[in-house]
Amino acid sequence: MIPELGLFSLVLAGSLSLFAAVIGLSGTRNVLLQRSVVSMTMGQFALALLSFSALVWSFATDDFSVAYVANNSNSLMPWYYKVSATWGGHEGSFLLWILIMSGWMLALTLRGHQYPTGFFTKVLGIMALLNLGFICFSLFTSNPFIRLIPMTPADGADLNPLLQDFGLIVHPPLLYMGYVGLAVPFAFAVAGLLEGQVDSAWARWSRTWTNMAWAFLTAGITLGSWWAYYELGWGGWWFWDPVENASFMPWLAATALVHSLSVTEKRGTFKSWTLLLAITGFSFSLLGAFIVRSGVLTSVHSFAVDPERGMYILIFLALVVGGSLTLYALRAGQNSTQVAYNFLSREFFMLINNLILIVALAVVLWGTMAPIGYEAITGGRISIGTPFFNKFFVPLGLVLAIALAILPLLNWKRTKVEALRPAGISLLVAAVFAVFIWFVLDPTSVVVASAVGLGTWVVISHGVDLFKRLRKGTTLPMAYIGMTLAHLGFSVCIIGIAITATQSEESDVRMAPQDSVMLAKQQVTFLGVVDAQGPNYSAQQGVFLMEPESGGSYELRAEKRRYFAGNNVMTEAGIQAGLLADTYVSLGEPLTDGAWAIRLHYKPLVRWVWLGALLMALGGVVAIFDSRYKSLRVRERKTPAKAATKASAVQAQG
Amino acid sequence: MNPKRKQRLYLTVFLLMVSAGVTGLLILVSGENMNMFYPPADVVAGKIPEGQKVRAGGMVLEGSVKRSDTSLAVDFALTDHQGAVFSVAYSGILPDLFREGQGILVEGEMDALGVFQAEEVLAKHDENYMPPELLDIDMQAQPQSNKAAPSIDPRAAKGNLL
Repeated sequence: MIPELGLFSLVLAGSLSLFAAVIGLSGTRNVLLQRSVVSMTMGQFALALLSFSALVWSFATDDFSVAYVANNSNSLMPWYYKVSATWGGHEGSFLLWILIMSGWMLALTLRGHQYPTGFFTKVLGIMALLNLGFICFSLFTSNPFIRLIPMTPADGADLNPLLQDFGLIVHPPLLYMGYVGLAVPFAFAVAGLLEGQVDSAWARWSRTWTNMAWAFLTAGITLGSWWAYYELGWGGWWFWDPVENASFMPWLAATALVHSLSVTEKRGTFKSWTLLLAITGFSFSLLGAFIVRSGVLTSVHSFAVDPERGMYILIFLALVVGGSLTLYALRAGQNSTQVAYNFLSREFFMLINNLILIVALAVVLWGTMAPIGYEAITGGRISIGTPFFNKFFVPLGLVLAIALAILPLLNWKRTKVEALRPAGISLLVAAVFAVFIWFVLDPTSVVVASAVGLGTWVVISHGVDLFKRLRKGTTLPMAYIGMTLAHLGFSVCIIGIAITATQSEESDVRMAPQDSVMLAKQQVTFLGVVDAQGPNYSAQQGVFLMEPESGGSYELRAEKRRYFAGNNVMTEAGIQAGLLADTYVSLGEPLTDGAWAIRLHYKPLVRWVWLGALLMALGGVVAIFDSRYKSLRVRERKTPAKAATKASAVQAQG
Repeated sequence: MNPKRKQRLYLTVFLLMVSAGVTGLLILVSGENMNMFYPPADVVAGKIPEGQKVRAGGMVLEGSVKRSDTSLAVDFALTDHQGAVFSVAYSGILPDLFREGQGILVEGEMDALGVFQAEEVLAKHDENYMPPELLDIDMQAQPQSNKAAPSIDPRAAKGNLL
């Protein structure tokens, strides 16, 4: 009964979206109708929530007559994994996607009074149209409520053990908040094009939402990387596999958008480019969904064998991209304004930033799609490895760091060369530091030294700027604090990546009980293996005594688990986490004479990678609390005519 | 030409050059860094150029896995159950679901003696998952087995959530 209620709610939510989309996009000026769109948006959220709750309920009560529950749960699992198993498979995770989409729409209605009603109704209409597409996808290709009656299984098949983990409870919701959140700037862009009003005020509205979605996406990707690190048992934190790339591509586009929006808001330029990025960002969210959910990853052929889901998303993607780009081609030109700026200006550096991010996006897109394209054309299979991505991302990251270090000294429009003198001084300091680091780590890699040096340069130049502003005694705008945090996060991240990628110690060894080996100035002694029991698995636990040369000792335990339901074996690493370095032990397989294959890692600064990324996300959120977003009411919107007269032809165009 | 047009022309030419450059680099670098996949029949036929990094795959032949008693060295043979068999040498930790009879992927080079020197061994991470490269081979060997089950490896498991 409960699952049917869930299905019924979803159908109702879909019908409400249909009405909201039709009325919202009709361009009606009837106040009652406009208000009805808001009410329907709220109703749709309530129904999506009800539907999702029904599925959670089915999981919590072990209702294995629901096929999706039977495939992804088991009565032995602890209750919290039963609940999180709701989004542990394709169908349920897509229902979560719909719930989050409805949630963003609800959030929009709460701030709706700040926007002109006509424009806002269109935004809601576009969101409703997208959500209608999502709901139909769920209902027609991925219904999570299908029953297995009368052949109800006695127990469920279990959730993949890799997903029975805290990281996977939190990771998908955060990531979806980001993915789906990019629909909001998309809707703002399309509504702006429809209404012919893309100006500074529009950019200001869009910024809060873009920052929010971007911050969620950043946090979601970070969590995924952290999960892969401790859960997969290989000690790596990024593998450039298609699934990771699927989330990285919208992130790159969204990062470019965050920056380009700031130029559009502050200077009224870059408008067409900003619109294009807003469309691109969400399109890559959808492309990601296609890559991950269609089956093309397994094989182009398996996609061709069972094309339903993939074809649906592909057609949806084509409609969204085709429709929005056509509108863009027809309307974007009308918004163009021309504002002059020099090469040595904030605008120009934002352009560099955007160019780098878009090239990075092209690299990831190519690396992800080339194997799929190759198979489709020749039938043969290739894989594109990490070296390909590194060859591009190392130089791109370093150039980005240089631009970032100079940025605080730049004014909008133009900057005198003499104003850059402090950058020279801080570069000198950073370079000395880099050379020092280079010799400390034995002269190994110029790239590492430059990454550390450039990262330091960014920190110093932002620090000096912060100090100057504080000394002047002006209160710092939240947007400034947010920007500084995010840029510091970037430095922390690249320093972490450079050091951990090159200075880690890794060894796979054969160890019998009481054997000792040295790992990065600590003695590792394998004490032996003991048995341990979990709620739905039994484990062999390797016990290790770690004795650093600096004194003291601690114990690490790594597990090899066997889950009862699916008979799956899983490795659970033992990790001593630290701000400066992680020590990582994982059990391989048992060998002869009680010996085990054992993997030992020492990973300096690996936490900085995630810490830096979280700082970036935090910066994005902090910036939203800037006072200029608060006191926002419908006011001084420039008429299109007025904006057009501003279009004096001088220099580079927006 | 008025200044505005000129500006636009410069911008267009600049963007075209950048995109051409980037595309060229992408093709060049991905060509250098791609690994071709070879099924057992092709490996046995000697189609792998010596000294080139490639991927190969097959089912682990029953009874072929030999662990060294003193190191992490391990030898095994891969087959397509259609008569093609080749040996693989590897040193290190094998994946959790490496078992005899299972489909696996190896990445590495062919040595002069015709032994595949693997730098990496990739196995399925779940009873239901088959490495994509092996699907074709497996379908021939056991026509019914791998159809309905959803694919779940760490990648796909994460994938379901994205």
